[in-house]
Order: sequence, then C-alpha cells, then structure tokens
Amino acid sequence: MKELVVISGKGGTGKTSIVAAFASLAKSAVLVDCDVDAADLHIILQPDVEHREEFSGGKLASIRQNDCTSCGKCFELCRYNAIEKSTSPDGKRTIYEIDRIGCEGCGVCAWFCPEKAIDFKESINGEWFISNTRFGKLVHARLGIAEENSGKLVSLVRTAARKVAADNGNELIIIDGSPGIGCPVIASISGAQYVLIVTEPTLSAIHDMERVIQLTKHFNIPTGVCINKWDLNQEISNDIEKNPDIKILGKTSYNTVFTKAQIMRQTVIEYSDNAVADELKSLWENVLYEIG
Amino acid sequence: MKIAIASGKGGTGKTTIALNLASVLASSAIRTTYVDCDVEEPNGHIFLNPEIEKSKNVAIPVPLIDFTKCTLCGKCSEICEFNAIAVTPKTVVVFKDMCHGCGGCFHVCPVNAISEIDNIIGIIEIGKSGDINFMQGKLDIGKAFSPPIIRELKRNIPSDDVTILDSPPGTSCPVIEAISDSDYIILITEPTPFGVNDLKLSVEMVRQLEIPFGILINRSDIGDDEVIRYCKKEQLDIILQIPDDREIAVAYSHGKLAVDEIPKYIDDFKNLFEKIHKAVQD
Ligand code: SF4
Ligand code: SF4
Ligand code: SF4
Ligand code: SF4
Repeated sequence: MKELVVISGKGGTGKTSIVAAFASLAKSAVLVDCDVDAADLHIILQPDVEHREEFSGGKLASIRQNDCTSCGKCFELCRYNAIEKSTSPDGKRTIYEIDRIGCEGCGVCAWFCPEKAIDFKESINGEWFISNTRFGKLVHARLGIAEENSGKLVSLVRTAARKVAADNGNELIIIDGSPGIGCPVIASISGAQYVLIVTEPTLSAIHDMERVIQLTKHFNIPTGVCINKWDLNQEISNDIEKNPDIKILGKTSYNTVFTKAQIMRQTVIEYSDNAVADELKSLWENVLYEIG
Repeated sequence: MKIAIASGKGGTGKTTIALNLASVLASSAIRTTYVDCDVEEPNGHIFLNPEIEKSKNVAIPVPLIDFTKCTLCGKCSEICEFNAIAVTPKTVVVFKDMCHGCGGCFHVCPVNAISEIDNIIGIIEIGKSGDINFMQGKLDIGKAFSPPIIRELKRNIPSDDVTILDSPPGTSCPVIEAISDSDYIILITEPTPFGVNDLKLSVEMVRQLEIPFGILINRSDIGDDEVIRYCKKEQLDIILQIPDDREIAVAYSHGKLAVDEIPKYIDDFKNLFEKIHKAVQD
C-alpha cells in the first residue's frame, strides 16, 4: 500500500481540483482530505458519511471560581498569557480566568494550583468521517474553529485511511495535504511514499514551492512537481523546468474549466472532454510511474 | 490601527490585497507597517524587496537534563502534555521539536535537574521598503510551531502606525494568533464553491473573536453568485469586489503590485481604507 500526498505550499494553486481529478482517474484508491483547515474535497466528491467519530486534540484548563483563593500562582506560571487577571465588581478580590482561545493546553496551571481549583479536561474540537463517494472511500475531517492540534487530527485521519485501504484491498491512498510547512503538513507527509507539489508560475508560488521541497528533502520523501496555469507566465515556467533540483511531472494550462467543473460539483475529468483533462491524464500516468 | 487580512484558504490574493493597501496608504503620507504573519510561507518580501535593518531569532525554551542530579523519577514525563520528554529506566530523552516550551518539566523536577536552553525555530526581520515599514517572520524548515514567531512579531509592531497584518490561511491556531487583537479584519474570498465553503468557516471564526470585519471578493467574476447570496443572507458587508484581471495576475507573477502597474485600482484601495476607518470609529 502506498501513500501519495499532494501539497502546494500555500493553497489556491488548484491542488484540490487536481486531487479530485486523480480520484476519477484512479482505479482503486482511498481518498483522504488532510487539508483540515480548508477541507474542500468533499464539495466535489459529495460524500455519504458512513462512520463518524469525535476528535479531541488536547486538553483545556478552566478555573472553578468557588475554589480559587486568588493566590496568583497560575497567572505567574502560564507562559502563553492565557490567564486573565481582573478585579471583582466590589473591588475586593482579584479574579483569574482562562482565555479558551489562548490556552495552549499544557496543564501547568492545573498541576501547580495549590487549591486544585483548575479543571483540566479533554476538549472535543473536531470530527472525522469515513464516507462513500462515487470514486470509493473518502476519509475526511473537520476541525473546530480556532482549534489547535490539526497535526494530530491529520495523523489520525491518515491512520484511519490506511486501515480502510487494508480492509478493502486498496493499493493506493491519495491525500489532499495541508498548506504551509508547519505541523499539519509535516503530519500529512511524514512516512508517505511520494509527494506531488502543485505550483504556479508566479514568484510567490515558486518561493512557497522551494520551501516545501526543502521540507520533503528534510523528511527524505521523493517529490515531483506539477505546474498549474503554466502559460500564465511562460518565462517563469521555463525557469522552473530548467531547475535541475525539480522533477516536473506535468503542466496544466490556465483554464476556466477548473472553476466551471467546481461549480457543477464535478472533477475536471468528468466535466467534459477538454484539453486540461488530457494534461491531467498524462500527469496522472507520470505520477503512477514515479510511485512505482 | 491594526487591519488584518485573512482568508479561509491560501491563494485568494491575501498578500496582494495587503500590499496594495499598504502601498496606497504609505503613498498618502500615512505611516504604514506591513507585517507578514504568514511565517510558514512569507511572500510579501518578494513584492517589497525590503532592506532588513534588524533581525532576531525566535526560540522556544526546551529542557536540558543534568544527569548528575536526575533520579529518573519520571515526573517530567508525567507533566508533559505533548510527549516531548520520556523517562526510561536508564535515561531521559527530550524530543525538542515536539516541545512547546511550557516550562512544566522545569518546574516539576524535584531535584532541579532541569534547566532550559533555547531551541531556535525561526526568525523575525524588521526593515523598510520605501515608505512602508516592513516586518516578517520565518519558520525554520522542519519546525512545527509558528505561533511563537507570530507572537514575537506582534510584540515589535510600532504602536502609532496603521498596521496591515497579512495572516496565514485557514482558521486554526496560527491564524488566531495573527488576527486576534486587530481592530478590523478583511476576509478575502473567491466566488467559487471552495471559496464560499472556506469563507463560512472564516466568518464563524471572526464572529467568535467579536472583531468588526468585511468581505472582499477577489476575482469577483470567475464563478457564480453563491457568495453574494451568502453575504446577503448573513448580512455581511462586502467592502470591495475586484474582477479577474489578467493584467493583475501577470503583474503578480512578476512580483509587481496592481496599484503600481494599473493606476485605476488606487482609488479602490483608498475607498477601502475610508470604509474601514469609518467602521473602526463607529
Ligand atoms: S493557582 Fe489556583 S488558587 Fe491560585 S489563583 Fe490560580 S486557580 Fe486560583
Ligand atoms: S493549561 Fe497551560 S496554557 Fe492553558 S492556562 Fe494553564 S498554564 Fe496556561
Ligand atoms: S523530573 Fe527531574 S529527576 Fe525526575 S526524571 Fe525528570 S529530570 Fe529526572
Ligand atoms: S517544557 Fe513543557 S512541552 Fe517542553 S518538555 Fe517540558 S513539559 Fe514538555
């Protein structure tokens, strides 16, 4: 069983549309949406949820005001400025409260509170699903707003996908990865067999691509590149192609079918016979060859 | 005044909008600072070519064990919520890239065997590009946590300037860190199904923060009218619509700003600022 992860550095380069196209080209693959922040793959794949589970990314602290003696220990220890200090309306007492959004979930305040006045409990901050789609199984997730630990949710989703693939005898897992280079991306790619980076011929996208290439090198994962909208700036596209460090697996043109297909909730392959569909098919062939 | 520019997903034109706004303000003699808070993939510098005057490493304090004192009692591993420290029958292992620097182990060790050393995770840089004050953070490759870098950037923002915060994409912890104490948030979206889906999440996020915000629809003519219908239904303020102009896309691909290359957009951004100014004052 092999895992292919499609990432882009920043997103908005057509990554999800390309993953959706792969979904309709792959014969037997499990699809995974690891872009838990901006999970969009479901819009095209229209999943029927078959299995749903809650996710706890960590714990959160909260002070039971009745037990607190306002000693200030927690305020002094919290390194994330998540404990707010104020004076009670009658001016007699200092009140300490924890800002849910700022709390990192380290538990230090709860551990050291001399009155044991701080609750420190698992907080539910997301859900993940196994669903049926017209192209096979999709494993996806939704992280609550303003929540931490998307990396942990990504790992969980990948583990679930491997199990689904093992149970159904799927050879390939196609992962729509997260943007950036931080914890969710690291969780998306670590241990995968191949990474495809979708980029654009813009100076910004190249800069993002170079950072993700360094990341895949850091983790020793073979990496290929697709230049989307390659004809937007042919000069820059040529520069990318000339770079000996970059393995180009395909180029797709600047074309409104990406948006049109999205509006019809279709993949670019399903949308109609068009030039981009052919470009995507040849990209897919190359990717399959690389994965081996 | 701090104006944050955010969007549910990347690639909607966040950086372009932020820079065009900053550039128009600076050339109207308003003291302006542009802060690139997208520390995983900072791009603003490509357009501004700033001269960096100051830089500073950002580090997380991670534990260092003094094995002459350690009794292998296991307390440090017990307090750590992030599995960053493990105690075996023979030794203590620190996984420094998983450590959040909370100080729990340091405080809990009964024999003071733990001190703290800096694990550098990135850098912040401060400089100038013409009239624009420039700041950016950069997360080192292979490091997982960007919020400490964003926090450090925000500690260094000049208080009197109009500050444009270019936020990372999404709705999770780094984004909150970037936008949570701004005076106004511009949410950028595109009129596509993906755009609308991501916008809904962003709206949910800024409503929780209780900060005034408006919607900017970029490439406003590429898709359908679902985003307009959604904004109407939710009574959201659409503060600007920018059409899909190939000229903008080409300028962008070369690292150039729309307001410098295509003057007709200057007034759009001036009006945008007026609207925001008014909204903040109300
Ligand atoms: S440490 Fe406990 S008792 Fe002291 S202020 Fe905090 S919550 Fe209250
Ligand atoms: S759990 Fe940690 S971050 Fe949260 S309030 Fe307590 S000390 Fe601060
Ligand atoms: S708490 Fe201190 S003494 Fe105990 S295992 Fe950790 S470092 Fe060693
Ligand atoms: S500082 Fe906090 S996160 Fe780091 S090892 Fe110690 S307890 Fe764990």
